[in-house]
Amino acid sequence: MKYGALALLAAVPLLGIGNYPLHLVIQVLLWGYIYTSWSLMGRLGMVSFGHGAFMSIGAYGVVMLWNHFGVSPWIGALAALTATAATAFVIGYPCFRFKIVGHYFALVTLALSEVARLIIVALRDQTGGSLGATPNSALTGDASMSLAALQFSNKIVWFYIVLAVWLAGLWIWRQVDRSMGRIALQAISEEEEAAASIGIHVTRAKLRITMISALMTCAGGVLYAQYQLYINPDSVGGIAISLQMVFGAIAGGMYARLGPTVGAAFTLLLAEGLRYAFGNRFPALDTTIYGVMLVLFIIFMPKGILGAAEQGWRKLTAKSPARA
Amino acid sequence: MDIFDIFLLEAVLNGLLLGGLLALLSLGLNLIFGVIDVVWICYAELIMCGMYAVYYLYVVYHWPLLLAMPCAIGIVALLGVLLHQFVIRPVLTAEPINQLLVTGGVLFFLQAAATLVFGIEFKNLGVALPSIVVGEMSFSASRLVAFCVALAGVLALYFFLKRSYLGIAIRAISQDRAIMPLMGVSPARIFVITSALGGALAGLAACLLVLQYDTHPAIGLSFGPITFLICVLGGLGNMVGGFIAAFLFAQFISVGGFFFALEWGYVFSFIFFIAMMFWRPQGILGGK
Amino acid sequence: MLSLEHVSAGYAGFQALFDVSLEVKAGEAVAVIGPNGAGKTTLLRVISKLIDPTAGEIRMEGGALTAVPAHEVIARGIAHVPENRRLFPRLTVEENLKMGSFVPSARKKYTENIELVYKHFPRLKERRMQLAGTLSGGEQQMCAIGRALMSGPRLLLLDEPSAGLAPVVVQSIFELVRRICTEGYTVLIVEQNIRQVLKVVKRAYLLEAGRIVLTGSANELLDSKEIQKTYLGL
Repeated sequence: MKYGALALLAAVPLLGIGNYPLHLVIQVLLWGYIYTSWSLMGRLGMVSFGHGAFMSIGAYGVVMLWNHFGVSPWIGALAALTATAATAFVIGYPCFRFKIVGHYFALVTLALSEVARLIIVALRDQTGGSLGATPNSALTGDASMSLAALQFSNKIVWFYIVLAVWLAGLWIWRQVDRSMGRIALQAISEEEEAAASIGIHVTRAKLRITMISALMTCAGGVLYAQYQLYINPDSVGGIAISLQMVFGAIAGGMYARLGPTVGAAFTLLLAEGLRYAFGNRFPALDTTIYGVMLVLFIIFMPKGILGAAEQGWRKLTAKSPARA
Repeated sequence: MDIFDIFLLEAVLNGLLLGGLLALLSLGLNLIFGVIDVVWICYAELIMCGMYAVYYLYVVYHWPLLLAMPCAIGIVALLGVLLHQFVIRPVLTAEPINQLLVTGGVLFFLQAAATLVFGIEFKNLGVALPSIVVGEMSFSASRLVAFCVALAGVLALYFFLKRSYLGIAIRAISQDRAIMPLMGVSPARIFVITSALGGALAGLAACLLVLQYDTHPAIGLSFGPITFLICVLGGLGNMVGGFIAAFLFAQFISVGGFFFALEWGYVFSFIFFIAMMFWRPQGILGGK
Repeated sequence: MLSLEHVSAGYAGFQALFDVSLEVKAGEAVAVIGPNGAGKTTLLRVISKLIDPTAGEIRMEGGALTAVPAHEVIARGIAHVPENRRLFPRLTVEENLKMGSFVPSARKKYTENIELVYKHFPRLKERRMQLAGTLSGGEQQMCAIGRALMSGPRLLLLDEPSAGLAPVVVQSIFELVRRICTEGYTVLIVEQNIRQVLKVVKRAYLLEAGRIVLTGSANELLDSKEIQKTYLGL
């Protein structure tokens, strides 16, 4: 059944649904992937408000290196990933070593995303500041794609790229679960001392997950920049984007593998639906409703849409307990 | 090189003035966290609402400023109570991260609602206060007023917490919540009062900020993060720590901005924060 | 003054008191004795409504406490000195005492009451500006009792006042309790230190595993073979 759904998904562009709907699907998959990479550590209680920093390192890294030095985005991506790994380590290691958790961890990572955003704005001569930046086009003449420059004008190509990345993200999630074991992950998230006492090197484990999460997000930033062809400090970084990731994951349910993607679908469709219903007469109406829904979600459905659905399904299909 | 640079002194003094204001901002947040154990991530957005309240009462409805401001303080105090009763109370027994996130949802909501209702244009109060010149240094009067009022607010809060029954109860509840009923104190009632107080402090900060800055829906993003960082730096919940941290932060911003561009001042202050977190994770005066 | 009739109570998934009935008459000093884990602290917490009883009735001066929320119990004249003192560590001695006077009826008498407390406990007066967390065990106990007295109560609930204190200090604490009893306060005291407490009170109940198993005058219980064997090692 899973492979059937996958085949259906892969066939979407062939249904001839038009460019704009295809763009929406690409957005869902791309943001789904980004929310998934956040949830990798979010579900273990390491709630970061700083993933905007990793995304903006990816996005600005490739665009700046391309625009200023003609460096191919493939190389640029490698540079961005390296920078992300270093940043994640510099922030993560002391945090986990000194047991900075919960509120404090969230606020330290918040500082990180703000630092990143402020540096981008401060370097406005190079980055374009708040006005944003666009990667120089490599598509001269009739060329519709440039692999070296990672630019494709055909959305269908982008669809398959993003689909592949999205699947890779889900695969990484499963690999992380398998390699660490559910129990170990649970232990890390709930009882550090207990985990340590049964031989789990907590700091190392947390750091590993943080690095993976950060690197995935960085890659998401790279793709976003190359796809959208326009970035600015608030669309790829800062506290707003960081919060968006958190909420997207929570809305869908960050404990389930497909949860974050459901969250992405939900929020995007909500925004589109409201835009359709009200046109542009009421700007920010979608975010207003979104805000209310988030509050309601956290109060009534802390496990998210998918989590609540799973619970409901379990209740429906539960067999009555055998009498002792 | 002349070590005594008059403009450096000006920057330091401006930093002092800024520090007073930041101290007031952090006070409200620390009060709420110290008593209720919840971080209002949307605190800056409450201030934003206060700024709009002053703007509308004064500019649109032509109330006198000295009437508009206390009224705005009352409005934000009410917002604080509503926030606690309808958003925080349902999640008081949930995981702390959920409490953080639910106020994040309110942040989104307030920003978006403000955009919807007020529009994105910057609104200026239109109150031009003169500059005060001392030698070669000039200071804006609105900054000085803000500093004095902020300090007065801090002192008033100090005496309230030190002397009044309610103030002592507020300090007591953060030390031992479980036995408060034995003294005849209902914790739920204290939470509501504290929320109103936190809101009122935000409202006061709004009145001071609106004198110096134009208001717009996203203005919370400018000083929100800084406020949290100041609180954490001073030790979350510790009002004295927050007070000290506010002045430290302000100096980094002011002097850093003096030597480099304004944004770099903020960058340095944030990096200072991160470094401090690694050196003293519980904050300057935080206990564990 | 205080009566419990067939009171049962417990915590999530675990019952601590089973069908407990007792009474305390005005002006009396009554003790509830028993081993660790018998439910003595639970008993006092049920009276001050920190926990709700699952069955039975509690009456104070004739009025039922069933519907009274915890923070209104003190207004009914009941002051509870909790187990382990539970002072506010970062408030001064005087501020702790002031907290005891929070109820509106007590506020009017604040000056009177605090003079009285300082008269009973001159050591507290010496240390009034000191942070309560820095006091010695015995001083903390004095402060906790003083805090309860600030509300002008008619019934004083004392939860193991000698717990965790050095023997010398324990003596002075019981001396204090005796003085309070003679001042006319009605006292219900819960204790593990059976020998000392039975010398101070008039009547006592023996609580074992959540049930009252024995009751009588202090002397009767002191003389009882059962108590002497099980608890006094005789």
